Order: sequence, then structure tokens, then C-alpha cells
Amino acid sequence: MKSFWVFLGSSLAKMVLVVFLAPLFVGWLNMVRALMANRTPPGLLQPFKDWGKLFTKEIIIPEGSSMLFRWIPRIVFSLLLMSSLLVPMTEPHDDGWVFGDALVLIGILSLVRVLMSLGAMDSGTPFGGIGGRREMMVGFLAEPATILVIFTTYLVSHSTMTFVTADSLQSGSILPTPSLVFGGLSFFLILLGENARMPIDNPATHLELTMIHEAMMLEYTGPSLALMEWASAIKILVYLLMGIGLFFPWGVTGGPGWSGLLPAFGMLAGKLFMAGAILGVFETLVAKLRIFRVPEFMTLAFLLAILGFLSHFVLET
Amino acid sequence: MYKILLKILRTRLLTEPLPEPSSDPPRPLLPVTGTLAIRHVDAGSCNACELELHALNGSYYSPEQLGVRFVASPRHADLLLVTGPVSCHMEQALIDTYDAMPFPKAVIAIGDCARNGGCFRGSYAVREGVASVLPVLSVVPGCPPSPAAILSSLEAIVLPATPSVRQIR
Repeated sequence: MKSFWVFLGSSLAKMVLVVFLAPLFVGWLNMVRALMANRTPPGLLQPFKDWGKLFTKEIIIPEGSSMLFRWIPRIVFSLLLMSSLLVPMTEPHDDGWVFGDALVLIGILSLVRVLMSLGAMDSGTPFGGIGGRREMMVGFLAEPATILVIFTTYLVSHSTMTFVTADSLQSGSILPTPSLVFGGLSFFLILLGENARMPIDNPATHLELTMIHEAMMLEYTGPSLALMEWASAIKILVYLLMGIGLFFPWGVTGGPGWSGLLPAFGMLAGKLFMAGAILGVFETLVAKLRIFRVPEFMTLAFLLAILGFLSHFVLET
Repeated sequence: MYKILLKILRTRLLTEPLPEPSSDPPRPLLPVTGTLAIRHVDAGSCNACELELHALNGSYYSPEQLGVRFVASPRHADLLLVTGPVSCHMEQALIDTYDAMPFPKAVIAIGDCARNGGCFRGSYAVREGVASVLPVLSVVPGCPPSPAAILSSLEAIVLPATPSVRQIR
């Protein structure tokens, strides 16, 4: 049993790491996207520059907006940072002192989604309202699939804790099975939908009528905008860490104690490098879906999750 | 999908070396260099300047490498690019856009029309360039100006003033 102080210290260290890792990952993703467009990429540290600059700028509060608009960037940022404690990164799983499982994580992420939509609607612009409603639509289509994926991993590892699943997959007490393969495919589609990536939403678009996530950001200025963008980066990192923990956990823990930390970090960096490359290439090669096709896309994710769930009973018991 | 990937891999990098930064705009605009968010407003332009701006955004010039991005909202922008002579109907919209931007902010006029009205000068339907409506930091002349000219003007704003850092780029 870890002491409370060790838990507190490691959690704080993890949050700090996530805060700095998230912009790095987004920088890498943007580099891949630029390279795939045959252009000289921006630097890896570009998000730090962009968001650092935003912190020096003025905040403009839209007329008629309430306290919600002012507080939501901070709340969303802190909630997403907290949610990063629920996914395995490098630390070995210890007993006790984890405040929730993957279902709590899904709960926090839906709370974040609701808050973001409310903030967008609070600004009073029609585009904010459109963005908020679309985000809720994608969210409620993706959520059942996410929960099914988590239950699939539960069937395999008998725990909804991402740490336990990662541990048992890694230690070889359970093997990758067809149900986990289906679950992984489904999770990839969910990740694209939930993080407003390419077939669902184009993060670089300027056309308000096609926006989903960006439309909610239109009214934020300066530090608020920086916090919101940073929060989105943390969100995609949390999803990736969850995906890595549930489906590719090999190397999450390098060994017992502190000595295992360094190889674990190496593995983590390698996996995120690969994930960025795969996401960037995939996003370049697919075309954006019409908004009315999004339900079909998310249904595909749900179908794959169902297949994973059923194949456990058909093939594995 | 496979064909596109093959084409991309065969094409290699298309970006050309950066032009010399122009000496016109004072710099730096922002306390943080290497990053700039631009909002573009078409104030009655004939769309020739827009075509050049589109060309600027392509792979050949790639302003992304400097940290220059076009953004979707004036709330996110540091710099307002204005094209066109500012037609009377667009005047209020242009002022509103400028007011919606957070400080520090600046305006750059693109093209001869934006400089002084160009070939529309004297018409009852236009103002005499952007400077008659908003404070303008610098002007990129030309009808239309080439993407390289626009890029060198942006470079002057976004790059640090010391030449040593420019060498690395």
C-alpha cells in the first residue's frame, strides 16, 4: 500500500508531465500533417509558442455572457488534467489509491463535453450553439460504443480499471484476443470522433458551417483560448493513453521501482511517436464526412464494439 | 487512398526557401516571436488578392514553418489582413472585426486597392483604402501582390529582430 504522500507526489508529477507532453504530441501531429502535405513543417514546439503567446493577450468577454463563459476554460482544463490520473502512463499499478475506473473517466469526459457546449452556447453566437449541439450529438453516439469497449476489456481482464487491464495484458496473464482486436478498432474510431479529428471534423477548417469542435472555440480569446486548446490536447493524449493502456500495454512498466521508469518513458515516447505518425497519415488520406454521415461512422464503432463483446462469448469461453 | 499516399511520398517537399523579410513593418509586433494568427477580411476586393493569399497558404510558401496561421475567428487573431478598397457596405463590418480582436493587434493592407483605393479610387461606393478606416501597420503594394511579397512582409513581423536567429531558419 502506497502512502498517501507518495500517491499525491506521483499524481502531481504525472499531471505536470501530461501538461507538457500534450502540446508536444500535438506539435508532432501537426508536423506529420505538414509533411504529408509536402510542405516544410512547423517546429515541434510550435504549440508552446502559439499558446504561450495567447497568455500574453487580452481577454474579451462577449456582451451578455454569464460567469459560465469565464470559468469554463479553467474548469475544463482542470477536469481533463484530473482525468489523466485515471489512465496508465508509466507507473506500475499499485493497490489502492486510485480514485476511479474507466467508467469514471468516461463520466468526467462527458461532463467536460457538457461544460464546453454550455460555454459555447453562453457566448450567444449562433455558431457556438451549432458547435455545442453537434459536439453533443457526436458525444452521445460515441459514448455507448466507448462503454461497450470498456465492458469488453472487463470481460477479458475482470476489471474496469485501466491499470489492471494494462497489467494483466502486459504480464501475459491474458493474451490479445479477437475481442480486444475488435475493441481496439472500435476505440480508434471513437478516438477520431471524440477528439474532432479528420473524418468527423477538420481541426484546420475556416468554414463555420462545417465546424464541430472549432465552432465552440470561436468566442474565446487570449488565456481562455489557450486553456481550451491545451485542454483539447490533453484530451487527445488521455484518449491515446487509454487506448495504449487497454490495447498495447507492453512496456508501460519497465520494471519494479524507480529503475523501471526510464525504459517505460522510452516506450511511451515511442508509442506516442507512432500514434502521431499513424493519426497524421490517416487524417491526410481520408476525406471529411458530411455531418449526416457521422451517425453511420459512430454506428460502425458501436458495431465493432458489439462484435468484440459477442466474440468473447462465442470464441473465448 | 493508396494512390494518394504513393503520390505524396514521390512528391517530396515542395516548399521553397523563404524570401528576405521586408524592411517596412516595424517589429516585433508581439512579445512572443515565431507565432502569428491572421484573420483575413475581404473589404470589397476583386478576389485577385484572395487568390494570392490562397497560393500563399499552399505547399510552396508554407507560412506554417514560420508559425503563421490563418484562423477562423477575429477573437483568435493577432493580425488583420485587409484586401479591397473598403466598400461602404463593408466599412462597419471591418471596424467590428477590428474591435473584436484582442490586444496587441495590427492591420496590414494587401494590394493597391487597400493602399489607396486603387482603380476604384473616387467611386461613390468605396472609401479610400484601409488607412481611411483603421490604423494600418504596413502596406503590401501590388495588383495583386505576389505571395512572396506578402510572405516577406509577414516574415518581418513574425521573426525575431536579430539576424542570427534567422540564419537557423
